This record gives sequence, structure tokens and C-alpha cells, in this order.
Amino acid sequence: MGPTRNAILSLYRNLIQESKKWNSYNYRMYALRKIRHEFKENKTLTDEEKVRQCYTKGLETLSMIKKQVVLGDLYSTRPLIIETKSKLNTTQ
Amino acid sequence: MFRSTRSLIIALQRAKDCRLHTCGQRLSEVAEYESPITDDYKKGPMEGRALYLDAQATTPLDPRVLDKMMPYLTVYHGNPHSRTHMYGWESEAAVEHARQQVANLIGADKKEVIFTSGATECNNIAVKGVARFYKSKKTHIVTTQTEHKCVLDSCRALEGEGFDVTYISVKSNGLIDLNELEAAIKPSTSLVSIMMVNNEIGVKQPIEEIGTICRKKKVFFHTDAAQAIGKVPVDVNTMNIDLMSISGHKLYGPKGIGALYVRRRPRVRVEPLQSGGGQERGMRSGTVPAPLAVGLGAACELAQTEMDYDHRYINTLSNHLIEKITSNLSQVVRNGDPIAWYPGCVNLSFACVEGESLLMALKDVALSSGSACTSASLEPSYVLRAIGASEDLAHSSIRFGIGRFTTFEEVDYTADNTIQHVKRLREMSPLWEMVEDGIDLKTIKWTQH
Repeated sequence: MGPTRNAILSLYRNLIQESKKWNSYNYRMYALRKIRHEFKENKTLTDEEKVRQCYTKGLETLSMIKKQVVLGDLYSTRPLIIETKSKLNTTQ
Repeated sequence: MFRSTRSLIIALQRAKDCRLHTCGQRLSEVAEYESPITDDYKKGPMEGRALYLDAQATTPLDPRVLDKMMPYLTVYHGNPHSRTHMYGWESEAAVEHARQQVANLIGADKKEVIFTSGATECNNIAVKGVARFYKSKKTHIVTTQTEHKCVLDSCRALEGEGFDVTYISVKSNGLIDLNELEAAIKPSTSLVSIMMVNNEIGVKQPIEEIGTICRKKKVFFHTDAAQAIGKVPVDVNTMNIDLMSISGHKLYGPKGIGALYVRRRPRVRVEPLQSGGGQERGMRSGTVPAPLAVGLGAACELAQTEMDYDHRYINTLSNHLIEKITSNLSQVVRNGDPIAWYPGCVNLSFACVEGESLLMALKDVALSSGSACTSASLEPSYVLRAIGASEDLAHSSIRFGIGRFTTFEEVDYTADNTIQHVKRLREMSPLWEMVEDGIDLKTIKWTQH
């Protein structure tokens, strides 16, 4: 039996939440964009085997993101100019 | 009279001292002016780190690649050539798996892939290795004027050894003329070396047609695909490629590794440059760096699955960049062919603006005026001169490199900044006033030249 609808939705939520913690602007934006794209692309997937494959891939990605977020925190830089500028714009 | 002369001499000496003093001051000012990249400038903009738009120089390591590399950087430290213990076997298995991943991306057999230190070494082995191996029968090489420095310099070295090299010219769009290539191949030609995607202007040569010509004329065909691998589809068999150079850090892999494809059927033989333990089929002795090889393999596998998605994404970004800049600024020239082109490399020339000053003004964005190897010199790019760009336009070019991790906001910010600074620099330029008045700068006769 493949993963339930709830399991898939919770995987999606976890992936997005973890990605938002990413220190590096470029990696964070790429992860969010890519995760949304992959889930949208495979939304209509009905083949149970393929759903299972995608789900396992998602789980693997989640553990990878968790590790890389920690690593990114260890070697962080100051924020990119585009992040500080966009923050200024929103607070104004 | 005598005394007055002496006092005059003293006075003169004082004046000279004084002048030397002020001169010294001015000299130091001049020296500072000559290098605008001061230590303070290197710290970057106050508000935050600069954006990265130089994907042709190098790309950031993909976190998914780093994740695959980490075990081999930490726990699995064995030498892949150790045959007597499990540390060696683990690393060997990982390296061989990576070799398969590289081979899959280019449609080759895994035995045909050789790990090296990067595309420069690949190009050296391919050009010098093939030329030297077949020296007794064939002593002629064909290449183009817009090749990367390492191919041109290898050819220069071969010329010193008595080889004959033909550098074929490119058309104004950066592409070669296939008839000219066919005419340049002689019975004594051993190798044709033409790069797939140019690193400065991003044009994509008609590799398939070149491969067909080379196969027909029975000469080996080497292509430097450092900028093309993982970005445009490559198949060594349909394209009739005999040797191909791949670089790890141009496709979101680690720095310090590359791979050379060497065809086995029909067999291409090369004379190795490095003597040693005979690793990598004897073509490149030296221990293969297992973590880097794993990284290159992972990067190649990712590139294969992500190519379509990345290409579509990069295409929209570069279209936005070009459209925004050209709709807000006049007299912008796009260098390179607009169709046979990799969209991640946008090379623009801004009339009446000096490229270096624009780069200095755009301190919020990491950009380059051309290849990283030549951006230290003030010489205009040889690639732009080869496509027939006039001296002033070659001096005013900027290369925007867009990659997998570039965001739409970054591109938009860069376009805004570029427009603002080009307008500002043009307002200061007397040449721009003349251009706006309709004077053709080429008709002006400058005195004192």
C-alpha cells in the first residue's frame, strides 16, 4: 500500500518548513521553488508504485535538507544585499 | 656673481625638493587610482554580501552533491587504488559508480571516462596527448580563435615542438564556418579541437555537423564541453565526439575535478603528460580523489534529471534580463548568436561605457567582463575581438552568468542596477553626448595617437 494523502501532505509541510530554515538565500529559494514544483508536477500521479517512489525520494530529500541546514548554520555568512534591502522595504 | 649663482642653485634645489615632495604625494594618489579594488572595496557593500551572477567562472556546490560527498570526506577515507583491504574497495566502488554516472550523462561507456583535475588538464591531455602520439604520421591541428586559453596555449606549445596549427576564424555571431573547417583539414591533420559552448559569449557551435565532418575526413574530434555539460544535451555517439573535456565546478560539482572522455571504438590513443602509477588507463597517473569523484558523479546524475527544469528556468530569467535592459537602455549590443546559444551566459556591450568602471560601480553584484583568466588584464577580450567587435565595444562588455541557484529577484535587481549605472556613466561621458548628437565616433580623427 502506498503512502496516505495525509502522509504526503505532512511530508510537503515538513519539506517547506525545513527549507525555510536554510541560512543561504540561494539554496533556500531554490529548495522552496523546487519542492513546490515537484509536488505540483506529480499531483495527478495515480500509479501507486510511482507515488511510493516519489514519497521515498521526498523522505530522503527531507533528511538531506535537515543535515545541510545544520551545516549551513555552521558556516554562515552575512545576508545577501537583496535580503537586507527587501527587509528594509517591508518594514518601511 | 659667484655668490648669486650659488644662492640660485640652493634655491633651485629647495624648489626641486619641494616639488619632489608634492610629486611623491601625487604619485601615491595615482597608484591608488590605478587599482580601484582596494582592501576596503573588497569588503563588499555595507548592506550585505554581493549577489552572484558569474556562473561561467564557477558555480556553487549543490547541497545534494555535498551530501553525497560528505561520507567520503569523513569516514570512508580509503585510497581507491588499494586492492588489499575494505577501505580501498569501498572507495573504489564509489569511484566506479561515479564513473558510471558521468558516462550515463554523455551516453558513453564507463571505461571511456578518465578522472582528471579539471577541464584545463583534460584539454592539455587531449590536445598535446593526441598530437604527440600521432606525431610520426600527422603534424597538423585545427582549432578556433575563440577557444579557451588552455587549448590555445597547448597549441602554442605544440607549435614550439614543430607542429602546424590552423586557427580558424569565427563569424560575427561567434559560430564557425563549416566550409572553412572542411577546407582547413589536411591529410596531415590529426586533431580538430572546437569548444561546445563558449565561456564568454555562450554561443553553441554546431557540434554534430563538426563531428560528421571530422568522421568523414578521419580525424579525431576533441571538444571542450566544460560550459556545456549538464546544461545542454550531449551524446558522444550521435555527435561523433572522440574526446571531450568535462569540469566539475561548472555543473554545481566540487572544484578540483574534471573528466576526460576518450573513445575506445575506434580507439583514440594519447600520450600521457604525467608519469606515475598508471592509474586511469595510464593516461592520468595519480590517486583519484574519491570524494571529488563522487561529487562529480552526483553532480552529473543531478544534471541529467534537472536539465529540462533548469534550462526552462534559466531561459525565463535571461529573457527577463535582456528584455529589461534593452527596453530601458539604447545602444546595447548583444554579443553572440541569439539562437545557437546557451541562455545562462548573457554578454552585453554598452556603448560609451567602460566595462571596468561599470563593474566597479556594480559592487552589489559579482559580475565579470569576460573569462576569469583574463579579467585581471585591461586588454579587451580576444573572443570579442575574434567575432569582430570594435575595440570600444569589446572594452565595454559585461557577462551575466545565470545558474540553477539564481533567483528572479536577483536578476531583476541586477538589471535595475545596471540600467541606473549605465545611465549615470553615460551622462558623464563626452562621447555619449556626441553619439546622442548623431556623430559617428568612428569618423573622428583623434590627434596624438
